[in-house]
Amino acid sequence: MSDTTLEFSPAAAPLADKLLAPALEILARYPTGRERSALLPLLHLVQTEDGYVTPGGVAFCAEILRINKAQVGAVATFYTMYKRRPTGDYLISVCTNTLCNVLGGQEVYDGLVEHLGVGHDETTADGSITLEHAECLAACDYAPVVTVNYDYAIDQATPAAAVELAEQLRRGERPTPARGSRICTLKEMQIQLAGFADEREGAVADGRAGAPSLRGVSLAQEHGVAVADFNIDTAIPTTKPARDESAKAVKDPGPNAPAAPAKEGFVAKAAHAVKAVVGKVEERVEHRKAGDVKDPEVRTAEHRNTTASTPATGAAKTGLPESGAAPQNPAESAGVAANQPAGDGKPAGDSSASPAAENPSRKGSDEETK
Amino acid sequence: MTQPRREVLQKLTPVLTKRWLSPDAWKIENYEQLDGYAAVRKALDVHPDDLIALIKDSGLRGRGGAGFPTGLKWSFIPQGDGKPHYLVINADEGEPGTCKDVPLMTYDPHSLIEGAIIAAYAIRASRAFIYIRGEAVHAARRLRHAVNEAYAKGYLGENILGSGFDLDLVIHSGAGAYICGEETALLDSLEGFRGQPRLRPPFPAVAGLYASPTVVNNVGTIASVPYIVLGGAAWWKSMGTEKSAGPMIYSLSGRVKNPGQYECGLGITLRELIELAGGMQEGHELKFWTPGGSSTPLLTADHIDTAMDFEGVAAAGSILGTTAMQIFSDQDCPVYATWRWLEFYHHESCGKCTPCREGNYWMVRTYRRILSGEGTVQDLDTLQDTADNIFGRSFCGLGDGAATPVMSTLKFFRDDYLGYIEGRTAPRLSAKTLVGAH
Repeated sequence: MSDTTLEFSPAAAPLADKLLAPALEILARYPTGRERSALLPLLHLVQTEDGYVTPGGVAFCAEILRINKAQVGAVATFYTMYKRRPTGDYLISVCTNTLCNVLGGQEVYDGLVEHLGVGHDETTADGSITLEHAECLAACDYAPVVTVNYDYAIDQATPAAAVELAEQLRRGERPTPARGSRICTLKEMQIQLAGFADEREGAVADGRAGAPSLRGVSLAQEHGVAVADFNIDTAIPTTKPARDESAKAVKDPGPNAPAAPAKEGFVAKAAHAVKAVVGKVEERVEHRKAGDVKDPEVRTAEHRNTTASTPATGAAKTGLPESGAAPQNPAESAGVAANQPAGDGKPAGDSSASPAAENPSRKGSDEETK
Repeated sequence: MTQPRREVLQKLTPVLTKRWLSPDAWKIENYEQLDGYAAVRKALDVHPDDLIALIKDSGLRGRGGAGFPTGLKWSFIPQGDGKPHYLVINADEGEPGTCKDVPLMTYDPHSLIEGAIIAAYAIRASRAFIYIRGEAVHAARRLRHAVNEAYAKGYLGENILGSGFDLDLVIHSGAGAYICGEETALLDSLEGFRGQPRLRPPFPAVAGLYASPTVVNNVGTIASVPYIVLGGAAWWKSMGTEKSAGPMIYSLSGRVKNPGQYECGLGITLRELIELAGGMQEGHELKFWTPGGSSTPLLTADHIDTAMDFEGVAAAGSILGTTAMQIFSDQDCPVYATWRWLEFYHHESCGKCTPCREGNYWMVRTYRRILSGEGTVQDLDTLQDTADNIFGRSFCGLGDGAATPVMSTLKFFRDDYLGYIEGRTAPRLSAKTLVGAH
């Protein structure tokens, strides 16, 4: 970390020590100036260490994205997959939405509640299992459905089968899920949710297609039914030459994802990402010294809610140190600078998004800074 | 089990589901042998505007529920505006009953990637995102693997197949919020905010992701694109009906013998689909069903011969939606079913719009009271009134979706409600769950 200008507050530092490289890699997936898009994957990422979103995890996300902790907290508490308490090694989810419910999902859930002695979003005392009732898990043709760490574990589940699965997990066995990959822990799953490939040998190949998914197509094959006249050489009617200026895309100012992620080593990629981020930080600082004024995010917010004007400089209402007394920690000071009051990119009220084209005054200010 | 009749079997049109039978179609070398990436080669040889015209000609309509003409949507993207454009694929499958996108991405992920390349080229986007539902971990695993394979083979990245066209594709996992299946909430979520819908206009085609022109399409829509590029618009229109062209994956679940995915030309009827699914389960008689997920008004046994295309279902007073047909029998209670859906909508309401946030809160409580045998006839008026006040008064379709099962069950199954109120039906919930219900 010594070769970067990113430093973290004491709350965020323990996670930063472990997760900085993958976090920077996540940031590099999104266009420059749009790093906030990385927030959902980053929140998944912090759960790989702690099993839930800890205050330290919130601080880490906030500091690396240079937004404030309230902004991160608002997002973390909105989504059910971000847990607010420690979780077990295995999250058992039982669908109790209408269809699974009437086909027995409620009994499966009730059976687990009784057997494990925990309720919704609670974890067994041995820390092995967290139970939850889930809404539609998108496998209604296999109802009722039970997942373990989100992989489809039991199809046409019964209370007995679910209890047996829970017991196997508590004994330390790793039963093969019905249609998912070999079981890993919930923390291990989070690294995949953060957008990283499953590195386990054979894991991608696991999970056969179940009969219900294949019913229609198997029936067609069995009875020799096919769609006639499919000719892949059918010509596309053309009116223009294949390539001219009008066929070209405008690129956003983003770090392009590595051309072949599979080939490049993790460390090399991370180093690359670190450089990119450092560059960006410096660029932003320069920008600010030169009197620029608004973070792209703040500008986006203003586009959405043109009545909420944000002060161009200073942070008078936040109670945070003014520029004269900037915090010593660079990440924090960057955060302060980047977070003007009322600059939350997502106003709570109606966001009447006005595209720049329809708003000449904004457009003008946009173009100045390009 | 009775075999489906030949004329019904002939209605099967395995197109998007065809490769699912090949167990390793998710690997790029197998995909390439099954016509894979042939469409990209073909598409990159024509002008993007000609591709948009092709998709328009095919009559392809969005497979995510609304059925908007895809080619038209693409043509709304302003060209030559000097802005970056984005393609965002909605893979946040979560509408109750809907289960067609997850198997597609799991068993044939490259078809979605190939469609994404073609669509991005057509709208002139150099960056695309697949926003996949967080819980769909195995599908995401296969997709990420497939994306890496596609980069390694030069189908993604810079100068794809020597065409000069660049595309970066990111698989972005959500985190468990049904509302993010709504396209503008999805965009907010993808920007790193709470997933709450935006007021439209402006539509995403003008100001979508990062306030730039954006196409948001469903998985099934994008996965259809390579087939149209290969087989042509006329071939695509040989399936389905005049206004609803092409094949559609019908997801049958519930009280049929063989629940599953049945890909047929648009316009097939539930009667025929049930026949394909081996009939109703023993001892069960069709009572009510959703034509396209729980957010579409319920239909009854009287609608069994309704043509399952956009126009036919609309004429019957419902919406084709995602063709997620949850089939319930005379042994299932429509009041209980609606209560359970409302618990879901109540939980998933993002809280932005008052009618949806508050209305669902109170409707859930009213249902609990009715199902506990404590309801009154006035409760039915309250429900109707509340549903009427939610419907059409929220930013997005979630509010409408919550109101529709209430309104349709009150319309078709009022007597089932009265059964609980008049004590003819045994209560389904205990009175102790009623704290705060009055």
